Amino acid sequence: MNEILLTLFNGISLGSILLLVALGLAITFGLMNVINMAHGELIMIGAYVTYVVQNIFVNYVPEQYFDIYFIVAIPVALVVAAGVGMLLESSLIRFLYHRPLDSLLATWGVGLMLQQLARTIFGAPNVGVSSPSFLDGGLTIGSLLLPYSRLFILGLAVVCLAGIYIYFYRTANGRRVRAVMQNRQMAECLGVSTRKVDVITFAIGSGFAGVAGCALTLLGSIGPTVGTAYIIDAFMVVVVGGVGALFGAVAGAFGIGFFNTVFEYATNASIGKVLIFLLIIAFLQWRPSGFVSSRTRSLD
Amino acid sequence: MQKAIYRTVFQNRKLVLCILFLALLLAPLFLSDFRLNLLGKFLTFAIVAIGLDLLWGYTGVLSLGHGIFFGLGAYCMAMYLTLEARGGRLPDFMAWSGMQELPLIWIPFQYPIVAIILGILIPAAVAFLLGYLTFRNRINGVYFTILSQAMVLVVTTLLIGQQNLTGGTSGLTNFKTFFGFSVNSSSTQTVIYLVTVVMLALVFIGCRKMVKGRLGKVLIGVRDGENRMRFLGYNPSIYKTFVYTISAALAGLAGMLFVLQVGIISPTMIGIIPSIEMVLWVALGGRATLIGPVIGALFVNAASTGFSESYPDIWTYFLGALFVIVVIFLPKGLMGVINKFQERSKQINVTNVNKDPNSVKVGKNISGI
Repeated sequence: MNEILLTLFNGISLGSILLLVALGLAITFGLMNVINMAHGELIMIGAYVTYVVQNIFVNYVPEQYFDIYFIVAIPVALVVAAGVGMLLESSLIRFLYHRPLDSLLATWGVGLMLQQLARTIFGAPNVGVSSPSFLDGGLTIGSLLLPYSRLFILGLAVVCLAGIYIYFYRTANGRRVRAVMQNRQMAECLGVSTRKVDVITFAIGSGFAGVAGCALTLLGSIGPTVGTAYIIDAFMVVVVGGVGALFGAVAGAFGIGFFNTVFEYATNASIGKVLIFLLIIAFLQWRPSGFVSSRTRSLD
Repeated sequence: MQKAIYRTVFQNRKLVLCILFLALLLAPLFLSDFRLNLLGKFLTFAIVAIGLDLLWGYTGVLSLGHGIFFGLGAYCMAMYLTLEARGGRLPDFMAWSGMQELPLIWIPFQYPIVAIILGILIPAAVAFLLGYLTFRNRINGVYFTILSQAMVLVVTTLLIGQQNLTGGTSGLTNFKTFFGFSVNSSSTQTVIYLVTVVMLALVFIGCRKMVKGRLGKVLIGVRDGENRMRFLGYNPSIYKTFVYTISAALAGLAGMLFVLQVGIISPTMIGIIPSIEMVLWVALGGRATLIGPVIGALFVNAASTGFSESYPDIWTYFLGALFVIVVIFLPKGLMGVINKFQERSKQINVTNVNKDPNSVKVGKNISGI
């Protein structure tokens, strides 16, 4: 019984991590149809921002306030990653909106350069970020120990999801974004500045990658390739979830997280990966355009 | 005189290709063993690039997973070579993990002919299955690209995880003989090199025949307007699956030739980064031209061997920048640049010819090689 519950919790926890990583992608890939392969490196930037903020706190802030660093790091990571994303959009991606596969290759190149940059600045070995003391330990339920850091990530994912939902579905800006994504020319005719919408949307997607990077520092040491470990899974989340719907990403993340944990528990890590891949292929036989798909009559 | 040479070079590409082919065949006379080995390795990459171009350049399907097909071919060959080198005993990594007898999946690889056939059939079969299951449902092209990359992750994890069957991260190496000939001797290497050159030429000619014919037109139609082809009564998914299978088989063939010349295959050589680098060769050389990917593969690998050993950091920056530059400034690749020059030289010819009112000769259309 306990083992079942623990597997369930691990599945939910992995799902929340995937969701956090995939939220940014759900915006840039799902809404804007841009395959940003540098998304993993934006996550890495978020992780290194956390590391830098931590070091600043160690050096310049009295010790008793050290734990606050993590709370400070989250918005800083959001802003820095969003800034890098904005730069990326306005210098590169805006030329490639009609060539999704080309944007994939170009952003892959950017990712490669960013990784090397991180290696040059911070060195190739991984660096550790000491998690704040209020996230040490865990919640004990019966004989189960649920680590606070995992619970915190779950909470952070929910907060981010709620924030994104409110922005896209409850504000005038969000309505403009959805209008542009649904029918660009029509939105333009009605006076929406599509350029502005593109930049802002992409920056938001990138910013959440930064937040995800911040959260990943709680799970282990970070290195230049910290993002690449998650990026393919995150893309799978969006593919399974379906393009253009936040709910799809949530379903995809928890579905993949849950089955991944179950398969790995039942077999081993490498066979589990094969099984989850086969499951995704099988799932796409049933729902070729993902869990939530918007109906359209347009062709090509 | 110079102009005449210039014209022959640009307007008679078949001749140029024949000369290049002869030069490659004669290369063993001029190059040291080490250089020849490198060139042979690059030529196997060129075979992959041609196959990938068939899929991406002509059919419009981008696969980020060709490293896997290359690797499957390479592993098939390497499994045979390992068994041959151990002469009936179990490979070390199996013995260490406590195995008593040869596992079932290794048994067919005792026979070289079977290994060679499987080295082509296995990649083709994997590609057929994945292609059939994705193209049949009209899964978005971008989805397919992501799935193909996920497959790389899955297969490399499997190769590393099943250490007792695959040798894990260190892969398969320490080969001795191939059909009884020592693989390390210079004469065997020269023969394998020549086989590679001939294979490349055959693949090139075969693919050229394919894309020049009706099939090629259909593929381009699928690339440029899939739904329109469907309305015309073609089934694009059959064509896509077919090309994907062919291109995986070519990658498998290249992998086998690779392992014979390089003498090692490991999961890192076929992982995500090598797979996407293969796409770069095609993009740099020029999509939808068959010679372009060959040039791209040779160029990137020659540059990488030259640079990356002395300046690995700068090389990574350069490689990253190359992706961006090719996509933004050279969408048609190096062949696009050459074709542009050729157009210009043709225009000069046409204007010269037009001065003579009796002549209506216009430069022969030879684009698309």
